[in-house]
Amino acid sequence: MNDVLYPIFYLCAAGLYIMALKWMNSPTTARRGVFAGEIGMVLAVVGTMLRYEVIEYHWIILAMVIGAAIGAPLALMMPMTAVPQRTAIAQAFGALAAALIGTAEFFEHPPHGFVLVALTIEMLLGYLTFTASLIAFAKLQELMPGRPLVYKGQNFVNLLVFSTAIGLGSTFYFSPGFPWAFPAFAVTAMVFGALLIIPIGGADMPTVIALLNSYAGLSASAMGFALNNKLLIVAGALDGSSGFILAIIMCRAMNRSFTNVLFGGFGAIVSSGVGKAEQRPVRSASPEEVASILDTARSVIVVPGYGLAVAQAQHKLRELYDILTRRGIDVRFAIHPVAGRMPGHMNVLLAEADIPYDKMVEMDEINSEFAMCDVALVIGANDVVNPAAKNDPTSPIAGMPILEVDRARTVMIIKRGMAAGFAGIDNELYYMDKTLMLFGDAKSFTASIVKELGVTA
Amino acid sequence: MQEYEVGLWIFLLSAFLGFELIRRVSPLLHTPLMSLTNAISSIAVVGAILVTGNKDASTFTKTLGFIAVMASTINAVGGYMITDRTLKMFKRKDAPK
Repeated sequence: MNDVLYPIFYLCAAGLYIMALKWMNSPTTARRGVFAGEIGMVLAVVGTMLRYEVIEYHWIILAMVIGAAIGAPLALMMPMTAVPQRTAIAQAFGALAAALIGTAEFFEHPPHGFVLVALTIEMLLGYLTFTASLIAFAKLQELMPGRPLVYKGQNFVNLLVFSTAIGLGSTFYFSPGFPWAFPAFAVTAMVFGALLIIPIGGADMPTVIALLNSYAGLSASAMGFALNNKLLIVAGALDGSSGFILAIIMCRAMNRSFTNVLFGGFGAIVSSGVGKAEQRPVRSASPEEVASILDTARSVIVVPGYGLAVAQAQHKLRELYDILTRRGIDVRFAIHPVAGRMPGHMNVLLAEADIPYDKMVEMDEINSEFAMCDVALVIGANDVVNPAAKNDPTSPIAGMPILEVDRARTVMIIKRGMAAGFAGIDNELYYMDKTLMLFGDAKSFTASIVKELGVTA
Repeated sequence: MQEYEVGLWIFLLSAFLGFELIRRVSPLLHTPLMSLTNAISSIAVVGAILVTGNKDASTFTKTLGFIAVMASTINAVGGYMITDRTLKMFKRKDAPK
């Protein structure tokens, strides 16, 4: 009886997952999507519990209770600014689960043929994604330096470690029975995962996080093949393609290839050339001057970047938005796809500060509007507005699509000092006649503009 | 048809379906999308339950399975909750405060 029931549960769960992703296409239906996902998960778990193979419940239920007791408070108390870290650590947990299940299965029912291949892929992806996500987490949480750590021959070492892992994995198939092959395989896979992320710098995190998301999904899918479970194959494939397509979008937004992101050590190489930039005059302005310019503007486009998140300036920015909107000034937010540390990071940050999402505009839509706007206010962004990407074919960021703030009537840039951005390239934008540099911390400077505007009201 | 062949067909179709679905997701929601797919991939809990609850599972297997069930549950519970929390913040301009 139960064996008729659980495939139906699984089928419904897979359908609900597909609907969940479909409903994510619009903010108005997205929460329904989450609900569908939750129901799908419950059906999958209940269906599995009903299967005749599962006879011992107490350990499973205990593990679930502990898991829920850890997961729920984490989700409720986590500050929204920690979203990239949370995503990384969640991927580490997911990959660990996949790796351990693969390991258990490997020893419990020594597999052969296709199942063995699937299981090996699952474990390889699981173990490497586990450590890779942990390193990404450490970098985002600033437990480790966020800049890329590169050394000579790095790619060669990585390649060597990776081929060793593959080689050890293939011994399971070709000459099974080596007692040391399994632990060596698991360890090299984990070492490779860590080595892969060590050279990745902060600005490349959006791509890498998306790619790791894809790996975690693919390992779940491989598990589906190993356990002959169609639901796992479907859910894993959906997750795998989602992460992959996001990684492609991120790469395109930087005009770079996967190989370049993963093996380029971007930023570290270029930054060696910094320091020789000559001293050139820039125009700076005080909060009073900024307030009077903003007051006479009709349309303002704000360009947020990672610096906004670092300074936690989103709530002050919302006050500025409110005060300008109340005066009939049109304020919009231009979002570059790779602004921040993960896909969609800026949107979440602004939404947290209650900025309406219909005011957040994608790059392709807003670029034609800059020419018609009075003020472009750049907060904590640098490379994504650097005109060198368009004008200088020798620039390391040449060809990267940018937000064309240089076409606005007045450009204002809130910045701590004249230091170069992540890519380590000087920004022509700072030296233009229509540019005003607003030196200071993003949060306190925004606060003083708000104060000045309040006085003149 | 062999079991694995059926599996490969399913994988192929789901991957293409995934591509088409995700392409339509607004960049606005890419962060909650990632936490949602993360929660969805904690479906690995199914594998973990099968491994842990098996009648002739060894202590070694049970231990690994126990950790796997726990890790996936953290992801599932945390993932869905955080996605919902994030999505709740997205409001339109005319939405009641």
